[in-house]
Amino acid sequence: MDLSWMAWTVPTFLFWACIIGLLIGMGVWEYFSPGGNPRVGILHFETTRGDRLFISLLGSAFIHLAWLGLVGPNLWWALGISLIYAVGVFRTV
Amino acid sequence: MIAVRHWGRNSVLAPICWIDIFRCRRVGRCFRHNQQKRRQRRPFTLSSPYRSEIQTSSAWWLLLPALSVLAFVGVLPLLTIFNYSFFDIFTLESRYWIGTEWYREILSSSRFFESLLRSLGFSAIILSIQIPLGVFIALLLPRDGKLSMALLMMLALPLMVPWNTVPSMWVSFLGDPAGFGGRLLAMLGIDFDYKFNALHTWILLVAMDTWHWIGLVVILCYSSLSTIPPAHYQAAAIDGASRLQVFRFVELPKMSAVLMMALLLRFMDSFMIYTEAFRVNAGGPKDATTFLSLDLGEEIAAFNYGPAAARSIIYFMIVLAIAWSFRTIMNIRRDQTLGAGQG
Repeated sequence: MDLSWMAWTVPTFLFWACIIGLLIGMGVWEYFSPGGNPRVGILHFETTRGDRLFISLLGSAFIHLAWLGLVGPNLWWALGISLIYAVGVFRTV
Repeated sequence: MIAVRHWGRNSVLAPICWIDIFRCRRVGRCFRHNQQKRRQRRPFTLSSPYRSEIQTSSAWWLLLPALSVLAFVGVLPLLTIFNYSFFDIFTLESRYWIGTEWYREILSSSRFFESLLRSLGFSAIILSIQIPLGVFIALLLPRDGKLSMALLMMLALPLMVPWNTVPSMWVSFLGDPAGFGGRLLAMLGIDFDYKFNALHTWILLVAMDTWHWIGLVVILCYSSLSTIPPAHYQAAAIDGASRLQVFRFVELPKMSAVLMMALLLRFMDSFMIYTEAFRVNAGGPKDATTFLSLDLGEEIAAFNYGPAAARSIIYFMIVLAIAWSFRTIMNIRRDQTLGAGQG
């Protein structure tokens, strides 16, 4: 199958593979601990771990965009901040 | 009663409950959640509420058509656009990887943020006019009879007018020698100049959008108003409730879910307004009505695939964040009303 129209490259492939991997990982997690572990966190509303993943991913996207707009092109720092942010979301939200 | 309305067997929401597999927000009270407790180790089965003893995962296959449509309409374009946004594309065959260049260029330009502010401002104006007005009109409509049907049909008519036609109609309506509106304004001594006066362009756009979409808000509100049983009004009358109190404690709670829906729909449509603004003044005068979508349209029209793709991704992120907040607020409000109803 010719995928050149989708302009795949190694970085973009790795990015989407990570996302798919995360989703599969969430499925496996859900299988071993069903129910999504709903709880009320610091934002004062109930979140399941799916919600927490979504908040982490969306927040990370904005962290990356903000880094590009405010600081510069080196996104490894933004990735680091995003990981810390994601850990924070999964522990507290 | 409330619990039944929420997740119960007889509820209209019951099908949603079964599709909404990953979450159960009403721990303990929810029919499905109790069900889930019984089949702890098999969270991925989708079973009918009426045949709860038979466990089967075959119903999942029924989702396949919807999922495949979603893949073609939503996921594949998103992947492609995301990939494009890292290239400088002359033709699709000759393209150059430039990494995050476009994102940096867009995010460090003040033009982008000005457009974003204008888009958000437009949506805010639209919502603050159309939601109260829609509720007001819905309250004025008679609840039954042929008259209400006729009125609803009249209100629904503009909904069927294509986006492209709306600005043409309004521009010819406001044309000075020929249009009725233009003549009327000239007679009243108002110098309405939507071509060169930014305020007038904004007024025209808001008026056009309100004319086009107010029917949607009215119909949504009307549908929820007509489900209120007369007994509720009678109870309120016995308690000596004023009209305002009836609205606040009988009608508004009933409407709140539908209103959130209307809010979300109207926000999304007004946030991506393109055709009206483009046809009326092409983003002018002096970029005063250049919304995010007009910037995006400009890039697409110039065949700048790379910047257009990057812009789309940023746009998508903003819409996603706002839609998610709406949804979260909706869930919180629903949980609160449920809590109040049961407490």
